[in-house]
This record gives sequence, C-alpha cells and structure tokens, in this order.
Amino acid sequence: MSEQSKQFWAGVRAEIPLLIGGFPFGLIYGALALNAGLSKAAAQVMSFTVFAGSAQFIAAQLVHENTPGFVIVLTIAVVNLRHMLYSASLAPYLAALPVLWKVLLSYLLTDEAYAPTILHYEKEGLTPQAHWFLLGAGGVLWLDWQLGTALGIFLGAAIPESSLLDFALPLTFIAMLVPVLRGRPAIAAALSAGVVALIAYSLPYKLGLIVAALVGILVGTLLEGKKQAGGIS
Amino acid sequence: MNIWLVMLLGGLITFAIRFSLIYLFGRLHIPETMRQALRYVPPAVLSAIIFPELFFHEEILDLSLDNTRLLAGLVAILVAWISRNTLITILAGMLALFVLQWLS
Repeated sequence: MSEQSKQFWAGVRAEIPLLIGGFPFGLIYGALALNAGLSKAAAQVMSFTVFAGSAQFIAAQLVHENTPGFVIVLTIAVVNLRHMLYSASLAPYLAALPVLWKVLLSYLLTDEAYAPTILHYEKEGLTPQAHWFLLGAGGVLWLDWQLGTALGIFLGAAIPESSLLDFALPLTFIAMLVPVLRGRPAIAAALSAGVVALIAYSLPYKLGLIVAALVGILVGTLLEGKKQAGGIS
Repeated sequence: MNIWLVMLLGGLITFAIRFSLIYLFGRLHIPETMRQALRYVPPAVLSAIIFPELFFHEEILDLSLDNTRLLAGLVAILVAWISRNTLITILAGMLALFVLQWLS
C-alpha cells in the first residue's frame, strides 16, 4: 500500500468512533430541519454548504422563527468563528501544500475532523503525505453527515408536526449547552446571554439573539481575565 | 433574503473562516483575548436561543408554573447534566412536556 493510502485509511479508522456519534446527530438535524420549516432540498443543501453541526441546528431554529436572512448568516458566522482556531492550529502543517489542497481540507475542517488530525500530527510530526490523513478523516465524516442528514429528512417527512416535536430543537440546544458549562465564566456567559435575550426579545430583525450572544461572550471573557489578574487559577 | 442565498453565504463564510489562517499562515495571528472570547461563543449563543424558547409563551414572558415548556426544559437540563447524552435529553424533555401538558 502506498504511503498516501496508508495515511488516508489511518484517518478513516481514527474517525470511526466520531462517525458513530455523528450519524444520529445528522439524522436528528435532518428530521428537525424539516419540522422547523426548511424544504427537503434546503435541509440537505445546508449540510453541503455549511457542513457544521451546531450552526445548522441553530440556522434551522432561526428559520422556524422567521428570522431575517442576514441575521441567520451573521449567527452562522459567530457560531463558526471558533473554527479559526483549528485553522491556525493546522496551518503550519499544511503550509507547503498547493492551494487547491488547502481549499479542499479547509472545507472538510470540522470539530470532528480536527480532533484526530491534530493528535496525529502531534504524535507523528509532519510527514510528506500526512495531509491524506485529514482527507480520510474529514472525507468519511462528510459522507457520514450527508447520509445522516438524508435519512433524517426521509424520516422527518413521515413524522407529523406537533407541539412536542417543536420542542425537540430547543431540547437539542440544552443537550449541547450543559456540557460546555464548565467553570464560573462559562456559566456567567450563559446566564447573562440568556437574560439579555429575554430583555432584548422584541428588538427588530430578531437582533436580540446577536446582542445577547455578544454580551455573554463579553461577560465570560472579562470574568476570565479578572480571574487571571487576581492570580486564582 | 432568499433561503438559498442564506445557505450559500452561510457556507462561504464558514469556509472562509476555516480557510483563513491556513491560507494566511505566518501573516496573521489570533490575539489572546480573541482566543479567550471564542471559548464563550457556545454557552452564550446556545442560551441566547434557549431562554426565549423556555420563558416566552405566545410572545409573552411567562414565569408561572403553567409554563409547561419552562418546567420541561428544567427537567431536560437536569437529565442532560446527569446523562451527557443528546438523544436521552431530547426524549426526556419531550416526555416531561407530554406529561405536564396532560396534567395541566
């Protein structure tokens, strides 16, 4: 086996545990996106274009609330901004690649592809064919996510709309929120954003969401800075 | 804005973020404050969506015990905290809402 396919399949293998979690998540996304009012085609196309789990769930919820398009795009940008950290972290390893490789690997750079890839680079160092590992990990996750979405759309079309199912999307956000509430700054960020979202609920264009998110981010960052300045770890 | 334009722009911006420092390697650095701030994006955005979903009932703030979504949401938070499982949390929250709606 060539070094390239060896790296590629190592990436695929490293991704397998993440595929098991990713598939039902894609399935839930597909089903709930339909329930939120997206067409079947739009729900699937979002998995192609945006290809980022939490941002897609949030966009579906915003479509459901009749949020103006520019606020949805802005929210997707805020939610996915953290991918810049992955981009920075992998940049030195990908620096020598042709630009088309950089484009392809950037498109595939999700949380789930980043995690095994950075571990691989840290363990093996930079080898000439190591980018095939990211292609394997990111590529197989891409396939997993598209198929999960498609099956979710198929199943979602069969489920009748109800007030119970309407509640599934907020519940998904609760399931995503609780694990990230580690430490006081994170909890304060969540509480302040939540309270501001209630106060700013009636702002035009549903901009309350963006305002609330920015306040929460600011509160978390300030509290963390203060903690460091005070010398308490 | 048309839904297809939203998908296209949302995708292009997401791609641009992922491509940014891979492309600009060595020419742009992320300030430490921004690294810190990015850590608070998930808790802030998620609860900015969750709070109105739980507290507002037909566009009115509802803090009463009749607000079944709020109570079911609290049950879901507890279940999420214990189980750390998305599917179990969704099912528990929907079951709680079903029971509460039936009781009220």
